[in-house]
Formats: sequence, structure tokens, C-alpha cells
Amino acid sequence: MLSLLNLDTLSRLWQGLFITLEISIISIIITSFFGLILGILMSFKNRYIYILCRFILEFVRIMPLLVWLFIVYFGFSRWLGVNLSSTVSAIIVFSIWGSFEMMDLVRSSLQSIPKHQYESAKSLGLNKFQAYFYIIIPQAFRRLTPVSMNLLTRMIKSTTFAYLIGSVELVKVGQQIIEFNNKNDLAPFIIYGFIFFIFFIICYPITLYSRKLEKKWS
Amino acid sequence: MDLNFIINHLNVFIAAAWLTLKLSFFGIVFSIIIGLFCILMSYFRIKFIEQICKIYIELSRNTPLLIQLFFLYYALPKFDIHLEQIPPLNLICLSVDETLRPAFACAIFGLSFLGGSYMAESFRSGFEAIRKQQFEAGLSLGFTKLGNFRYVILPQILAISISSISANIIFLIKETSVVSIIALPDLVTAMKDLNSLTYKTDELLFLLFMGYLCIILPISLILFFVEKRLSNA
Repeated sequence: MLSLLNLDTLSRLWQGLFITLEISIISIIITSFFGLILGILMSFKNRYIYILCRFILEFVRIMPLLVWLFIVYFGFSRWLGVNLSSTVSAIIVFSIWGSFEMMDLVRSSLQSIPKHQYESAKSLGLNKFQAYFYIIIPQAFRRLTPVSMNLLTRMIKSTTFAYLIGSVELVKVGQQIIEFNNKNDLAPFIIYGFIFFIFFIICYPITLYSRKLEKKWS
Repeated sequence: MDLNFIINHLNVFIAAAWLTLKLSFFGIVFSIIIGLFCILMSYFRIKFIEQICKIYIELSRNTPLLIQLFFLYYALPKFDIHLEQIPPLNLICLSVDETLRPAFACAIFGLSFLGGSYMAESFRSGFEAIRKQQFEAGLSLGFTKLGNFRYVILPQILAISISSISANIIFLIKETSVVSIIALPDLVTAMKDLNSLTYKTDELLFLLFMGYLCIILPISLILFFVEKRLSNA
């Protein structure tokens, strides 16, 4: 039964996993960068920026990710004339979605810092930039880390959507292996079970770590 | 934009949206039941089942729905496990076409499997926020343990975690978009199939977008008002 998981299959699954990881890691890097900037921007007391950010967030949030993937993958090539590969469109969609979700997390963690922290920073003679850099952001960071790790696992899980627009990532490779071994009745069970397990191995440590941080810092 | 095309194919999308709604309805109901079950187990301190619930929650939260569905749909029948014949699911499956029943049962099972853990986590956060005295106060008023849960604990859990419950509901509706992989004719399938036939991508993307908007926007508005009512209570 386990003969199906030979070296050949494993190396092919690794190639698929590589694409999956590539999509998630690149989007996570872009997400953390833009999420932080947007979140800090949103927490400034400017009503127009806030309303604009909030509007885009709700707009991004209300549609399933798959619909955004379709819009970018099918739509962009028609409207803008650029032909994006499915992997690139997945990275674009996940980065945009992640950035705005991250923005909300950053905003709420910045706002959860009590007001007197800002005031005491001011009374120490720090200017606004210094106050943010030395006092507010380090504190907000502690509240932010566990929740953003939650978002991270969600992003890793969402990479499976890329399969639906034809990206050759882990799920697709698994399916190819199953088709190749179609005489083996147990192939779907083993391969899909194995992929299930891979995702669990990737995501579970992150969940555990975020829970640990939450306990430690709260 | 070809308006005629949109009008001609509207019925396909309405049928597809109806399927999405049905799926999400059953998925949400079952996941709330599963979540309640998990929290009841920790309320009654039934250690063994509580542990099983914990393992289940970790498994389902850390794996994507797509893989869960693939596993249910392709792997289980090889072991002669047919979800569409298992009691509560077989009755629900009567509402769809016979050829769709296996996929429909899998989709509902998968959605409840995924959603149940999310609901359980929401309920748990509410459960842990309730003060100790509340548990004793109800008992001292003469409620039974179950009555105490029903009349004292549960309303407080709902009031505390309503925002995350409604987030989960929206999440589950959005997550139904994955069921196209097991050949259920939902909105995504309709878009994909018609796109490969007609190449009217703009119109179809518009229909897809509007389909989800018509489902999710009203529900999220309703949830928003429910949330407001409950948080004032």
C-alpha cells in the first residue's frame, strides 16, 4: 500500500509543494510589508483615509477568494492585455487580500494600545515618529503576532485555490499521480491523505506557536 | 457587455446560487451543532470526548477544505463509505438530483467538518470569558446542569462571540465556492462551464460577482444588525 509513496512520487510532490510554498511565502512577505504600512496609515485619525481603507477592506472581504482569482486570472488578460500565469495571479490576489486583512489586524492592535501610552511618550519629549517607533509599535507587535499568524495559516491553506485556476501546485501534482496510478484503488486515499497531512504539518506548528505566544504575552 | 447573453443565462446562475445557498444553510446549521456539541463536552467535563473534539478541531482548522473534499469524495467510496446513505445526510440529499447526491453529501459533510471547528473555537472564546460565579449562580437558583447551560451560559456565550460567529457564517458561505471541484453545479462551476463554451468572460465574471454579492451582502447586513442588537442586550 505504501509502495505508492516511493521516491519518485515524493520528489514530484515536493515540486508541487515548492510552488505552494512559493505562492504563500511571496504573498506573506508582500502582505506583511503592505499590511503594516496600510495599518499604520489607517490608524491615523484621518477620516478620509479610514473610510477609504475600510471600504476597500469590506469590498475585498465580501467576495470569495476564488472569485478574485477568476477576476484577476481571466479578467486581467482581457481588460489589460497582460497574460498572467496562474501562479502570478494567485500571488497577486493573496497579497492584496492578505494586505487588507493584515491592515485591519494592525489597526486594531494599534488602537488597543491605551491612550496614556501615547501621552506619556509625548510628555517624554518624543516626537510622533519616535513615539510610534519606540513605544507604540513594540507593544502593538505583541498583540499583532498571534493574530497575524492565524492569517498566515489561512493564507497557506488558501493556496489550494490556485489549483482551481490551473496552477501546478501540490494538489494538482497529487491528482496527476493518482491518474498515473489509476490501477491502484487506494491511490486517492493515500495521496489525498498524504497531502492532508502535509498541510497539517505546515500549519499546525504555526498555530501552536501563536497560541503559545498568546498565552505568554497576554 | 452583452445584455442578452446575461438575461439568457440568468436562470443557470440563479439555480447555481440556490445550490450555494442550500449548501451554506446546511453547512452552517451543522457546524453550529458541532460547535455546541464540543462546548457542551467541555461544560460537562467529559474528558475523553473533549480530547477527541480537540484533535478534531486541530485537524480541521489546519487543513484546507479543498483537500478535505477531495478526500471525502474520492477516497471514502473506495472503502465503501457512502456519505449520501448516512442518516441525516440522506434526507437532505433528497432535495437534489440523484446524480448529485454523493457530491452534495460530501460538500455538506466537508463544510460542517470545517465550520464546526471554527464555530467551536468561537463558542470557546465566549465560554472562557464567562465568569465563574455564573456557573454557580444558575445552579443555586435550582436549574439542572443542562438547564443552567441553556438559560444562563448559552445566551452569554452567544452575546460575547456573536461577531466571530457571524464572521464564520460569512466565511462558510464564501468557502462553498470550492465545491465546484467535486462537480457540484454552483456559481463557480456555472461560470467555468459557460466560459469554456462561449468565451463571454466579461459577462460571466459579472454574473459570478453579482451572484455572490446577492447572497453575501444581505446576509452580512442581517448579521450586522443582529450583532448590534445582541451587543446592546
